[in-house]
Amino acid sequence: MEANLSGTGRLPAAFLTPGSSSFLDFLDSHAPQLLPGRRALPEGMTVEAPHGTTIVSAVFDGGVVLAGDRRATMGNVIAQRDIEKVFPADEYSAVGIAGTAGLAVEMVRLFQLELEHYEKIEGAVLSFEGKANRLTTMIRSNLAMAMQGLAVVPVFAGYDLDLGRGRIFTYDVTGGRSEERAGFAATGSGSVFARGSMKKLYREGLTGEEAATLAVQALYDAADDDSATGGPDLARKIFPIVTLITEDGFRRLTEEEVSAIAISITDQRREHPNGPQAPLL
Amino acid sequence: MSTPFYVSPQQAMADRAEYARKGIARGRSVVVLTYADGIVFVAENTSRALHKVSEIYDKIAFAAVGRYNEFENLRIGGVRYADLRGYSYDRADVTARGLANVYAQTLGTIFSSVGEKPYEVELIVAEVGRAAADDQIYRLTPDGSVVDEKNAVVVGGNADSIGNYLGQRHRAGLSLAEALKLAVDGLARDPNGGTPRALTPEQLEVAVLDRQRPQKRKFKRILGGQLARLLSGDESAAAEDGSDGSADTE
Repeated sequence: MEANLSGTGRLPAAFLTPGSSSFLDFLDSHAPQLLPGRRALPEGMTVEAPHGTTIVSAVFDGGVVLAGDRRATMGNVIAQRDIEKVFPADEYSAVGIAGTAGLAVEMVRLFQLELEHYEKIEGAVLSFEGKANRLTTMIRSNLAMAMQGLAVVPVFAGYDLDLGRGRIFTYDVTGGRSEERAGFAATGSGSVFARGSMKKLYREGLTGEEAATLAVQALYDAADDDSATGGPDLARKIFPIVTLITEDGFRRLTEEEVSAIAISITDQRREHPNGPQAPLL
Repeated sequence: MSTPFYVSPQQAMADRAEYARKGIARGRSVVVLTYADGIVFVAENTSRALHKVSEIYDKIAFAAVGRYNEFENLRIGGVRYADLRGYSYDRADVTARGLANVYAQTLGTIFSSVGEKPYEVELIVAEVGRAAADDQIYRLTPDGSVVDEKNAVVVGGNADSIGNYLGQRHRAGLSLAEALKLAVDGLARDPNGGTPRALTPEQLEVAVLDRQRPQKRKFKRILGGQLARLLSGDESAAAEDGSDGSADTE
């Protein structure tokens, strides 16, 4: 039977069949045309579409920060100046995505729904590892598209209620996931520079506020050297998106909070364009 | 060869309705009341794992009495319907009216199908609105009828007598503690006029659709200590945001 979305008529049998608590599995069996990974592209062609760039994440005392710049590029053109690439996945986790913007946003919607659906059906929340594994499955199903230039590469960060600390998972295009035990991670075109920046600035025992500053510093350094990453845009008042996830749940810093951090960093960089200096030895 | 007995359609339908009604009447009742900030669901249920009240979507909740496997199936179907619809269109396009319609069609088809036994369930689908006037409560009976209810609804065992009691005492703008007390008084009544039973927090399953909740998901279970404080009339407990609710995420 067809997906019955008209609002009338009996629920099709697939809806009333007990079994899976996964919305993805349900879509796969009932309405596969809605799954992003199922769309075939012509062989040997690559598609040009807006790409999101740099995401950074760092663990601090009592939580984790996840932040992203606001630029999307298509080739050498800035496709969008104020794109949002960091989203809450559920109350205690967030996902930031580099790669093809259109697919990334759809993948995040589906991922959010997957977690919520499980929670409603089961009456319990998935474990942190369980959530990370669901994301693996979704990236893997996108592999065919990734090979044609439409890759989606997320960072998954959140507060693990069982372990009582912030955790970060990064992924590659094949869905391979790895936990970042060093305490910080970055993905996207500017990630090399962001990671270099965080390597020198990161230390254990940061507060949430310090971690937010660290993330904006890293994004500034990424924007400094990578043309596809956007720095703080003081003229248009476009600032990175910075989110904190702690025991109290997900919180996105307000524009005032981020602009205060961004302005103090730009002020400091007027004196020292390369940013804070680490001791030589 | 034996001749099949002739049974008139009226008689066949009456038998089926009677069968379903008896199944429902065996169970404890569920009360749904509107209060100032939303809709409160109160069920007599000692199980912490098998729920009679559950979340369907952002502003929509589901309550049921009767046979557990049947209403659990319908609940899962409803969650799938709501999530699929919200994913295909937008979260704002999932409504209690649409869901009640689908449930009505499903129950009605099963009720009149010769090959299936009628479901022994009675459902409530409720949606909290931006203001009290926008709250919607639908009651669904096993034959697929939908009743658009106001203020206070009861399904299950002594639905009529509890419903009368609540109907006389419910007024607009009750606080959560007042609404909860009214619901528990209703559930505890003896239908034969004897002394009311005493219901403890452990025997109750309570949840609210709270329009004041900042999250987009308005459903929240009221558990343990918070429930006990509310039942003892402590109004300040209504503001607590229990971190132990399973539906606390966004």
